[in-house]
Amino acid sequence: MGRYIVKRLISAIPVLFGITLIVFLIMAMIPGDPATAILGSYATPENVAKLNRDLGLDAPLWQRYFIWLGNMLTGDFGQSFALNRPVLDEVLERFQATLILAGTAFVLCSVFGIIAGVISAANQYGFADKAITFVVLLGISIPSFFLGMMMILWFSVNLRWFPVSGMWPIYGDRDLGALLSHLTLPAIALAVVATGVVARLSRSAMLEVLRQDYIRTARAKGVHERGVIWRHALRAAMVSIIPVLGIQAGFVLSGAVYIEIVFQWPGVGRMLVDAILTRDILLVQGGVVFVAACYVLFNIAVDVAQSLLDPRIKT
Amino acid sequence: MTAALKLVNLSKTFDIGGGFFSAPRAGVRAVHPTDLTVAAGETLGIVGESGCGKSTLARMLVGLLPPTTGTIEIEGAALDTADPAVFGKRIQYVFQDPISSLNPRKTIRQIMEAPLKRLHGMGRADRAARISEIFASVNLREEFLDRYPHEFSGGQAQRIGIARALAAAARILILDEPVSALDVSVQAQVLNLLADLKRDFGLTYLFITHDLSVVEAVSDRIAVLYFGSVVELGRAEDIFRAPMHPYTKLLADSAPVVGRALTAPEGGETELPDPLNPPSGCAFRARCPRATALCASAPPPLQARADGREVACYHPLDG
Amino acid sequence: MTAFLTLLARNRLALAGLVVMTVVVVLALITPLLPLADPDVTDTGNRFVPPLSPGAWLGTDHLGRDLLSRLLWGTRLSLAVGFAAAVAAATIGAAIGMIAGFYGGRVDNIIMRAVDMLMAFPYILLALAIVAALGPGLINALIAVAAVNVPFFARNIRGITVGIANKEFVDAARLSGLSNARIILTEVLPNVVPVIVIAMSTTIGWMILETAGLSFLGLGSQPPQADLGSMLGEARSALITNPHTSVVPGLMILVIVMAINLLGDGVRDALDPRLKSGALSRPMAATRVDRRSPVPPAQDAAAVLDIAGLQTQFHIKDRVYRAVGGVSLSVKPGECLGIIGESGSGKSVTALSIMGLVASPPGVITGGAARLHGDDLIGMPYRQLRDLRGRAVSYIFQDPQATLHPLYTVGDQLIEAIRAHRPISVKAGRARAVELLKAVRIPNAASRIGNYPHEMSGGMRQRVGIAMALANEPQIIIADEPTTALDVTVQAQILALLDDLRRSRGLAIVFITHDFGVVGQLCDRVAVMYAGKIVEAGPTRAVLDAPMHPYTARLIDCVPELGGGKRRLEAIPGLPPVVDKLPHGCAFADRCDRVQGLCRAGTVALEHTGNRAVRCHFPVNERQAAE
Repeated sequence: MGRYIVKRLISAIPVLFGITLIVFLIMAMIPGDPATAILGSYATPENVAKLNRDLGLDAPLWQRYFIWLGNMLTGDFGQSFALNRPVLDEVLERFQATLILAGTAFVLCSVFGIIAGVISAANQYGFADKAITFVVLLGISIPSFFLGMMMILWFSVNLRWFPVSGMWPIYGDRDLGALLSHLTLPAIALAVVATGVVARLSRSAMLEVLRQDYIRTARAKGVHERGVIWRHALRAAMVSIIPVLGIQAGFVLSGAVYIEIVFQWPGVGRMLVDAILTRDILLVQGGVVFVAACYVLFNIAVDVAQSLLDPRIKT
Repeated sequence: MTAALKLVNLSKTFDIGGGFFSAPRAGVRAVHPTDLTVAAGETLGIVGESGCGKSTLARMLVGLLPPTTGTIEIEGAALDTADPAVFGKRIQYVFQDPISSLNPRKTIRQIMEAPLKRLHGMGRADRAARISEIFASVNLREEFLDRYPHEFSGGQAQRIGIARALAAAARILILDEPVSALDVSVQAQVLNLLADLKRDFGLTYLFITHDLSVVEAVSDRIAVLYFGSVVELGRAEDIFRAPMHPYTKLLADSAPVVGRALTAPEGGETELPDPLNPPSGCAFRARCPRATALCASAPPPLQARADGREVACYHPLDG
Repeated sequence: MTAFLTLLARNRLALAGLVVMTVVVVLALITPLLPLADPDVTDTGNRFVPPLSPGAWLGTDHLGRDLLSRLLWGTRLSLAVGFAAAVAAATIGAAIGMIAGFYGGRVDNIIMRAVDMLMAFPYILLALAIVAALGPGLINALIAVAAVNVPFFARNIRGITVGIANKEFVDAARLSGLSNARIILTEVLPNVVPVIVIAMSTTIGWMILETAGLSFLGLGSQPPQADLGSMLGEARSALITNPHTSVVPGLMILVIVMAINLLGDGVRDALDPRLKSGALSRPMAATRVDRRSPVPPAQDAAAVLDIAGLQTQFHIKDRVYRAVGGVSLSVKPGECLGIIGESGSGKSVTALSIMGLVASPPGVITGGAARLHGDDLIGMPYRQLRDLRGRAVSYIFQDPQATLHPLYTVGDQLIEAIRAHRPISVKAGRARAVELLKAVRIPNAASRIGNYPHEMSGGMRQRVGIAMALANEPQIIIADEPTTALDVTVQAQILALLDDLRRSRGLAIVFITHDFGVVGQLCDRVAVMYAGKIVEAGPTRAVLDAPMHPYTARLIDCVPELGGGKRRLEAIPGLPPVVDKLPHGCAFADRCDRVQGLCRAGTVALEHTGNRAVRCHFPVNERQAAE
């Protein structure tokens, strides 16, 4: 197992390089140069040229890539000109907030999605199945940002159950209770779509597995129906559910951007949108690379979980 | 007797493992270097259990799989490219699974026209005439032509598969388990049809199967394959009645026969060797009651005897 | 095409989706013709007019613009962008996926590495990066959304293509002289198109959501032009004071996406052949029993298992397949009964009906009884039935690869079989499992117990299957073609093992097979089935030596006996009848050479004479059979 993890980590290295290259090339497509963006359109050509030289932007593309990559490897993601602070510091701070939000949403969508899918499949065409199918359909059709706005309107403004926005109270203690009351609505709004997707897939994966011959074998042995569903069928269905959980993790991690805007959550998504609108290229680059790298690592964890579950995967 | 099909030193090794840039870690020999000759008008049966390399051999013979070593000669001319379109005119293939060998989204007419159009460049009228001819010879009604494959039973679909192979006008057919997906009562129909076609069109068959009684009933000669090598070759009426290779004997004794008492023909619970870690010498020696130290030294060569029988064994039975 | 539309129409939800979508699309198309206010003209004097006001049905927004007009124009824009993105992503992704899947090898490797690289991004993040590079704007948002979805299509379609490229019909096309390009276009593409359509119809809703999302963030459509997303984005600041400006575009997105999703599910259900045949329904814990006729009495008091007049049907759509049409059998203690027949004869369904293991839906037991020591198993409460399964009656199935759970060790599966019926410690269970593996002569039983099924050969797996059936010392084992998937040398080993076990343990066995050789070696008595009914039964030797039913006689002649050399075989012309359209009289009449008018006149009864029984008016070998 240890060897498998190491093997997967090593195989992630080219992927990480690929990510930096893709991000760099996308950013290199930006028309105009960042110096003009920084100095404003009234800057003199001499000043622009000087800043370009200072930023190393007069070097050829490939050289710039390796300089940027080399700096990143030593922990230097550059300086955000709009915020005037190191990119890495800003990203790390913001990423924490995103991680709390997306992590909660991920746990919610995995747990409730799988349970709903299993119940739905076990009672195919029954009342529970129809009810779950309808709710799931509603869930995957509603834009998360719209859902978030409606939740604010109802639960925060009308019922006053939860704060309207932010991650912490403006006045008062920053304790777990405060965090939870701020976290509840955004986490649910973020989790709804992903829960729907997981539930749908779990249902069809379960239905697929329940027709297999080994389920008939379990029944012929006299195993309780409970054991057939939760021990035999779900275990086998998890083989196809886990990769989807991996994709959904990416979805909540990046879909958090809408929720962060709606709920004023100080996460990395909101930071990126602001950076894009102010053309703070180094901050965009650094943020995207950092989040993508974390996601790559998470997917390795998914693969490891998969190999623990399925002995047929060669480790 | 002219050779319709001649294989010289034909072998196939599949690469296992290896990454994007690295060389493969290991090779699995699916077919060991093999020499075989099929006379014109003959039916050569090839029999073996799963994993013996019989399907790999068949796919090489029609150019669907490039051989690792060796050459294939058809009617005296060597074919050195693995291009099914070149092979297709001279040697055709009838598939095991009759339904999955027909494209579900094409009508039978479209399926039948492909070889006529692509291999022979025939015009529309010629094609229609030729298809009528072929359909008559395989006892299929022409109204089937505008239907789709899912509307047919296994036996009918296999007739269509045979008709397609005939359309290419090749004189050699590779029949890869052509009846093993069919029910017993339908098997006999298809086997008899194949016998009629062979007589009417002067075809040469290579009949691959795992079913001993079927292969014996249709073949002139039979080659027994074990672990990628021919271990015995002889006339159909002799080979299972008086086997010379211990493996052939094991096969013959294992076939369920009405009235014979049930005893496991081999004492141990042994099965095929591991292809990733093949044994030295004779591949059968671990299961063989006659094995000696000699059998472990080197694989026994296939040796011809006076009566035309060939056997690859250091200690053959008397036959 | 018409079949597709009927299927779609049968699905009421999909139809509702289709109706809503049609209305929305038509409205979007005729928007420029409608007498609407200019969507972009501001009128700050009339800000935030509430809905249902004169002149502004849906009210106005923060700049006094008419919301109805903006809604329709916005819908038009959102739909256009969503569809365009979906079509672009599907086309490019499918092309890439098909090329990678068809050519395989290095081409596949390079393409799929690149796809993996793109999929390594949390995908909205990638869309953000692309918009960041191209600059905010609706077209750029479209490009970003399409680009981000290309890898999903590519991967999906590649998987399908690999499956198709390995199909035998592609090889057949090669041998028919088709070039690679032609094979892709005429063999692969037509089989991939339904999948592309399914993938598109289920993702188009996403695309609309995602473009709306980018616009919501201010990265898509730019003012004054608005799509639904940017309307929502602009309304956000007035969410609390004037919620209607948010609710209107938000609900519109919800309605559109929901309608598309309903329609998409309908399209998927209509195009997916497995769903079409109802194959994806979940089999219930026990077969449904719906006995319309009185339960027949037991026939043989001494029998372990006594089946009387068993009828099992499959109800698929409006068709009724009578798979088992009244079968009566009995098995005495220690006896081996063979049931022989071709595919579709109902032999396996008979075997599975006994313990309620026929998949239901679509299976229904509609009549008869199966008594175990006098207790009727058909219609028994599930609790009692479950308790008997694997304890009193156990099964061995055909394909040992598919019948063992792939993710549990064989030891765990054996222990579970024991623990389903009696509490036993893990240690004792393990010891018992090793004992069972030894009983079925698996070498190194103690170490093999930790193996997963895929680590064993077919023969070894079937031994595990037998061990599992023996786990609770059952009185009767039902073996459903247990050696059909095995090689002949392995089959001989397994048959010898079963024979030993039955003699040493006094087991009763019901052995289902299509092979006369196997029946002849193993079984004391045999029943021959044809089209759901027993046509002949009797002691094995007697039936094989002097078959009385013409079908039995001719079926035996179809199987060439080993040792006879090359010869012509006796074939039976025609095909067995399909069990949803059984003929009025004898089901074999159309293929029989002894047929007379009487055979088609009415049901033929199973006539018993001594220990033999035959369902025929004109049996063969009558004199021999009597001797």
